[in-house]
Amino acid sequence: MALDVSELQTFTHDVVVVGAGGAGLRAAIECRLQGLNTGVVCKSLLGKAHTVMAEGGAAAALGNVDPRDNWKIHFRDTMRGGKFLNVWRMAQLHAQQAPDRIRELEEWGAVFDRTKDGLINQRNFGGHRYPRLAHVGDRTGLELIRTLQDKAIHTGMYVHMECTAVRLLKDGDRISGLLAYWRDTGRFVVFKCKAVIFATGGAGKAWSVTSNSWEYTGDGQRMAYEAGAELMDMEFTQFHPTGMVWPPSVKGILVTEGVRGEGGILLNSKGERFMFNYIPEKFAAETADTVEEGERWLAGDKNARRPPELLTRDVVARAINAEVNAGRGSKHGGAYLDIASRRSADDIKKKLPSMYHQFKELAEVDITKEPMEVGPTLHYMMGGIRVDAETQMTRVPGLFAAGECGAGMHGANRLGGNSLSDLIVFGRLAGVGAAAYIQGLPSEPVIRDDEVKAAVRWARAPLDREAGENPFVLHDEMRTLMGRYVGIWRDKTGLQEGVAELERLEARIANAKATGTSQFNPSWSESIDLHGLVLSAKAVALGALMREESRGGHSREDFLDESKEWVKYNIVIRKGADGSMEVEKVLRSDGPAELVSIANASLEELEGGNG
Amino acid sequence: MAERTLRVWRGDAQGGAFQEYKTEVSPGMVVLDLVHKVASEAAPDLACRWNCKAGKCGSCSMEINGKPKLGCMTRLGDYPEGQTITVQPLKAFPVIKDLVTNVKWNYEQNQRITPFTPPARPADGRGLRMKQVDVDRIQEFRKCIECFLCQDTCHVLRDHDKKDKFVGPRFMIRLAQLEMHPLDTVDRIARIRNEYGSGYCNITKCCSEVCPEHIGITDNGIIPLKERVVSRYYDPVAIVWRSIFGGDKRRTEDPPAAK
Repeated sequence: MALDVSELQTFTHDVVVVGAGGAGLRAAIECRLQGLNTGVVCKSLLGKAHTVMAEGGAAAALGNVDPRDNWKIHFRDTMRGGKFLNVWRMAQLHAQQAPDRIRELEEWGAVFDRTKDGLINQRNFGGHRYPRLAHVGDRTGLELIRTLQDKAIHTGMYVHMECTAVRLLKDGDRISGLLAYWRDTGRFVVFKCKAVIFATGGAGKAWSVTSNSWEYTGDGQRMAYEAGAELMDMEFTQFHPTGMVWPPSVKGILVTEGVRGEGGILLNSKGERFMFNYIPEKFAAETADTVEEGERWLAGDKNARRPPELLTRDVVARAINAEVNAGRGSKHGGAYLDIASRRSADDIKKKLPSMYHQFKELAEVDITKEPMEVGPTLHYMMGGIRVDAETQMTRVPGLFAAGECGAGMHGANRLGGNSLSDLIVFGRLAGVGAAAYIQGLPSEPVIRDDEVKAAVRWARAPLDREAGENPFVLHDEMRTLMGRYVGIWRDKTGLQEGVAELERLEARIANAKATGTSQFNPSWSESIDLHGLVLSAKAVALGALMREESRGGHSREDFLDESKEWVKYNIVIRKGADGSMEVEKVLRSDGPAELVSIANASLEELEGGNG
Repeated sequence: MAERTLRVWRGDAQGGAFQEYKTEVSPGMVVLDLVHKVASEAAPDLACRWNCKAGKCGSCSMEINGKPKLGCMTRLGDYPEGQTITVQPLKAFPVIKDLVTNVKWNYEQNQRITPFTPPARPADGRGLRMKQVDVDRIQEFRKCIECFLCQDTCHVLRDHDKKDKFVGPRFMIRLAQLEMHPLDTVDRIARIRNEYGSGYCNITKCCSEVCPEHIGITDNGIIPLKERVVSRYYDPVAIVWRSIFGGDKRRTEDPPAAK
């Protein structure tokens, strides 16, 4: 097929943001505030991104509920939750800037729940020392995305909805644009720009039990990797401890940690509150060791320690998994999460309305009367595209990443509530970074026709080839094998087998066949998306194979403990000169002395120190 | 395992027809699962929007056995065993393909509405102050997931196609949320009457009935806005009162849109 590139529809912007969740919209707003001509390219309709699924809240040390809180304690909690693998500077920027970003949302129209004084209310959450999550019932993500959406459309940016990015275009080393296609017509479109910000989310759709939607296919990771950027910490995948387990069609859908924040407890089939048996040594000093103390904490006793249900997500997920394996699981293979006996029906409906609604309508369970059944679900990827901590730029000049698709902020495990604040802090910083980069550009980057043609041919291939496998079937196979070999618990033999299977699958994916025309065709988009999924899945498996320890969202049956040696390294993945996936163990730089001392300080030393 | 028949409208802007597919279903399945199962087995290019599959994003809006609903929140068990499930795209908007319609018009309406405009930032640096009791009612409106089922069912838009006259229930509650915000500084009443078409709603409450978030669209949103319009333009006592004592001094009037 002869293709005349000059006839392709072309948009010219200073910067194109890919993804319109919290990070993408916040980045795009910043780009506009910095005076850039800004385009947003998103796979779905505006306002539908996965950010809407975030329920619990956005963590920021506002100190509205407990004045002892400050950025240093938030930073300390984040580092401890991340098992000290976080990029120090990112965790610092996040803790310092989150409060301003939250208050700014309020000026853009967000309506958070209030304290008695009329300030933004904050709730308790796993791993956070003080009530820290700004929230709106259990639909905080929706509030965040709607607020950013309303702000965005009134700043004069161009939003290209239902448009899927396919490949980055480069002029030498630097970014010159990207190729995408319109979902409604299947036509290709070229975006000519000086910088691209990826806010494309994770790749959770590689697993069978996941809280993620169809969009989470590792597109950003794939395009960045192909363009020469590096991936980092890919082995750290967060299994949220509480996903729905019954009925089968809803398996994996998220049950907010807010249920536990509001006092919900986890029980096994014998009715035992088993989390007391799974308190890691590192958190023992700050966790209640009796039911009685946990109850006092819930009643507001500031001297009591928090109950173990609010330990970090990795700990709770492994505990539920262990109870099920020991034969003490719930009816459908999970644990019971009980809020009914803890709070009045009115309280539950007021504080957790969408959970009430979700269980009532999807599982015919009234959570004000009976316990929920919950189990681990793949929820979040701590790893992703490696970026500079200050500017969010990758090693490809002009390519930036923020939000879940980026790496570094959360280390080996993300605390609940730190994602929404991550999106708005680093989304903004990516916008600032892109503006500074564009200002310093010596000349306008140029798009090469042959690159565009090659990208179009690659993307059209599943439609054009005569025969091939059904992409939906290939996807199902991947999900099954990731569940089997790269789940909560991993070991050397399983991971090796998993990598081998993924490589076989990769070859078959390259020959998938899309049925029908290019117009709004799920089998075509699935055929393309599978490339990002298999690449991300392979990076996770290879990283997991190399890291011979258990830390946060990476647990090895053959290496059960955290290793003092491995905390010094990140695993970095890039495309090698021969086209194969290169996996390297890279020495981390030591944290600055000031931050190391904060992370290791006692709480008493930090309280009241918001300097 | 039981069998179900899915009758789905297939086609595009040029036209189309219903097609039937039979497949095995399992307990707990929702209509969206059925659509996906048919797509993966027999109709790989069947177009259907979806995202969260938990009633939170409002993507999978469709008409199921004649009623506007979310595919992900409608259980097959709600329909008698053996009954055919008929799904078709939203009628109020132009079809793109199969179950996917062009809903861009909705996004254009939001663009026309002046967003929240805060007062000066409080000097203590701790953010805006509002009582929970004063934000309860607008938090109800902010539960909206923009599924546009209310827009689809509204006669003004669906049967009379007055999209040039009335912004529809979704944006009436957007306006209600802004008008009832305790700290907003803009007065949108004139535009609500003159441009957004509050008078077109004749309070049949169909929108409230289909709202998957159970927002009291008509009772809590549209009717109070209509009352504000009446008080501004038709209530002689209120008009005299304002001419003597002045109106709400915190708010400045939103100027009409440029023609």
